[in-house]
Amino acid sequence: MAQEQYPDAALASQPAEPRAARSIKKSGVLWGEFAIKSWLASCSFISIVTTAAIVILLLSETLNFFESVSPREFFFGTTWTPLFEPSSFGVLPLVWGTLIVTIGAALIAIPTGLASAIYLSEYASDRMRSIIKPVLELLAGIPTVVYGYFALTFVTPVLRNVFPDIQVFNALSAAIVVGIMVLPMVATMSDNALRAVPVSLRQGAYALGATSYEVTTRVVVPAGLSGVMASFLLAISRAIGETMAVTLAAGQTPNMSLTMFESIQTMTSYIVQVSLGDTPSGGVAYQTLFAVATLLFAITLVINIISQMILNRFREVYE
Amino acid sequence: MPLTTEQESRHLEKRHRKARIFAIFCAAITWSSVLLLAVLLYQVSIEGFRWLDWQFISSFPSRFPERAGIKSALVGTIWLISLVALISIPVGVSTALYLEEFAGKGKISKIIEVNIANLAGVPSIVYGILGLAIFVRFFALERSLISGALTMSLLILPVIIIASREAIKTVPQGIRNAAYSLGATKWQTTWAHVLPASFPGIMTGVILALSRSIGETAPLIMIGAMTFVAFLPEGPMDSFTAMPIQIYNWVSRPQEEFHELAAAGIIVLLAVLLVMNATAIFIRNRTERRMK
Amino acid sequence: MRYPTALLKKSVNLPLVLTITLLLGACSQQDESQESGATGAAALSGVVSLDGSSTVYPISEAVAEEFLAVAPRVRVTVGVSGTGGGFKKFLAQETDINDASRSIKDSEIEQATANGIDYLEIPVAYDGLSVVINSNNDWVDYLTMEELQLIWQPGSTVDSWDDIRPEWPSEPLRLYGPGTDSGTFDYFTETINGESGASRPDYTASEDDNVLVQGISGDEFALGFFGFAYYVENMDKLQVVPIDGGNGPIIPTETTINDGTYSPLSRPIFIYLNTASMARPEVNEFVNFYIDNAGVLASEVGYIALPDDLYQEAKDKISAL
Repeated sequence: MAQEQYPDAALASQPAEPRAARSIKKSGVLWGEFAIKSWLASCSFISIVTTAAIVILLLSETLNFFESVSPREFFFGTTWTPLFEPSSFGVLPLVWGTLIVTIGAALIAIPTGLASAIYLSEYASDRMRSIIKPVLELLAGIPTVVYGYFALTFVTPVLRNVFPDIQVFNALSAAIVVGIMVLPMVATMSDNALRAVPVSLRQGAYALGATSYEVTTRVVVPAGLSGVMASFLLAISRAIGETMAVTLAAGQTPNMSLTMFESIQTMTSYIVQVSLGDTPSGGVAYQTLFAVATLLFAITLVINIISQMILNRFREVYE
Repeated sequence: MPLTTEQESRHLEKRHRKARIFAIFCAAITWSSVLLLAVLLYQVSIEGFRWLDWQFISSFPSRFPERAGIKSALVGTIWLISLVALISIPVGVSTALYLEEFAGKGKISKIIEVNIANLAGVPSIVYGILGLAIFVRFFALERSLISGALTMSLLILPVIIIASREAIKTVPQGIRNAAYSLGATKWQTTWAHVLPASFPGIMTGVILALSRSIGETAPLIMIGAMTFVAFLPEGPMDSFTAMPIQIYNWVSRPQEEFHELAAAGIIVLLAVLLVMNATAIFIRNRTERRMK
Repeated sequence: MRYPTALLKKSVNLPLVLTITLLLGACSQQDESQESGATGAAALSGVVSLDGSSTVYPISEAVAEEFLAVAPRVRVTVGVSGTGGGFKKFLAQETDINDASRSIKDSEIEQATANGIDYLEIPVAYDGLSVVINSNNDWVDYLTMEELQLIWQPGSTVDSWDDIRPEWPSEPLRLYGPGTDSGTFDYFTETINGESGASRPDYTASEDDNVLVQGISGDEFALGFFGFAYYVENMDKLQVVPIDGGNGPIIPTETTINDGTYSPLSRPIFIYLNTASMARPEVNEFVNFYIDNAGVLASEVGYIALPDDLYQEAKDKISAL
């Protein structure tokens, strides 16, 4: 009968308990449903718990830190010597180090990535795509230690031939290598964004007599701009969070010099340095780890949120 | 003022020439990244190749380069992948299923989604700090494999969730509707139809996430993977080392031989990655054919 | 149900099988030593954990490696957190032995009493703290203690080589040295600047002496310091600076460190034992092995062995426990 074949429907429409519904309940199917749904839901909450844990952990120790060190000294001081006597807690040299490596990396990755994306989406044949896409995936998948190794054993010696003054540990080497690392990200995401632009837009432009250069720069890229920009931001955020390649290539000297030929220290490599020495719990030195980590987390979070917002705007346009 | 025909055609030629140059420029840049990859792989290979032999894979690290090997690191890495897979796959896939199949479109789902997207972009070292504070100190799991595995699981969980969701989204709604119309409950539909259909896509995403986690060093350093480990871990509570840590250790030494050893270690690491990626691509290709 | 069949698919079960095989292979190697009817040291199992000084690390690493042949089932781990960092773990009972390139400080002794930790100090070798420069540096003939203080004191304004001696090139002076968790740092600052920990902060600091070697060997205008072993291992990349401690410039060598003429930068380096840990047979065996072999291994890695009677004294102290 209808009721036996569609027990769910039966439950919904009948106030009294039909036989089929009672038998389901007895067989425990509904309880099973409930249990499974609870399990699935609790797994999802792990992600919320993780974020909460990160925020609580970082913030609480950072607040402790700010009890001993004034925020003004931290954010505006230009000397970072937390482990020495006399100690100084100005974080700007670390931020500066992160900044010049990231800007250098962006200068390499963004134009190159965008050019590659344009080539892939506008000019490359399918066969060329099938070679280049895996290459990009491979470049993206190479572990960061390998890039650090590459920086020390290949990039720096090559740089020394060109610039004899450059030190063994220098920011330029780190920037180059991080740029190569995030290049695939820009290329792949921009390629996706550009391919999503409807063919009709291109065809319209060609029909009006535009050259491929004009179509690309004046129609396609502006149309896919939000995806392209999102890729830039994500690449920058990845570059900021990069640790091992920078630690190996750029050394560990907090430094605010303008030249990229010297050793610098980024926020990430400071965190590694402190944890390798493992200053244990308590004490201002340990808390510096959290203060710097919070700053790092906040910066990458803001960039990620902005890029998400840009991406969502993009999704709406082509819905 | 309108151009003469001759001026126009010259102008047109200039524009087309510009377009051609631009095309060549973009092509050159793209192929140079291929060249770059080739250079990188070549560099690693010539430096490391002479150290790559069975002795290298089966020996423990040593202060003598000729005797040093990657055994403890390789086994540590394999232990890590296995534990991470065991932990992160159920949790990640469950979350993806919940978000796609069971949760409403309400506020809570939105919050979880935004959360996951943000977590995917958090630097790996922050996960390392989290792992140190929570697993090593708070849960007192010490500097063990399980601490490392839990930390790495948290790290790749967002990636697995996002990839699984994409895979589940591609399952045609018709399959679900057919099941519902036959009276199946939501879970029955999911377990018997949606999950098997999206399984290959999920697997691809999982394998790629795992292969990315193999190369991560910073969180493991925070957890405290040891500097000198000349034994194989026997259980999840043992201390350990992993390939990226061993490579980092060797690269940091000034002697040329250790740099070459690092290169050999990198070759082994890349080989493992290649196997995993090839598996993922293989599964992806087989699925695409099957779905058609 | 389709899931079990998934396991039959090659794409899934091949990596799985490989993994399981490797794991089993790894485990079976542990069983082999059990089967060989091992007795004595070879039958020992357990964990011995060391941490601490990067100066002492090469010796501890060598001992741990050789010990593996004697007692293959004992797991020895050696970390490099710096003498100070290592002491913090040692006093929290997270390690059994602390490698130390200086003796225990008063504050650390207080901590030990507070935590109820009984320790034993064992010297294992002599080290000559070496001041090193780049191989291409051809102007430095020697440095006096006063000059070293001038360079390294807190608030020092020495920024280029001609600030030290006007006849030297007016090139920037770039300094490298161990970080603040290092016993070498403590010893150097105490000897040169009069107070442990007092130093100018603007130098490239690293607990990892290998990083310092890399930096100095690549920088023509560099000056740094670390333990003798790291100089010996990298003699082809670096030059050592003779130090005038009041008796003329002396180069650190095995002889001058041993007989004390390389002063004041010669010093003993130690391991500290947690006497409670010594109750464990594997730790006891390991420590005895360490002292028996420290002389030979120390010379091998670039340090100077102590006279035999000092080693014997150490062994007597241990057996008295």
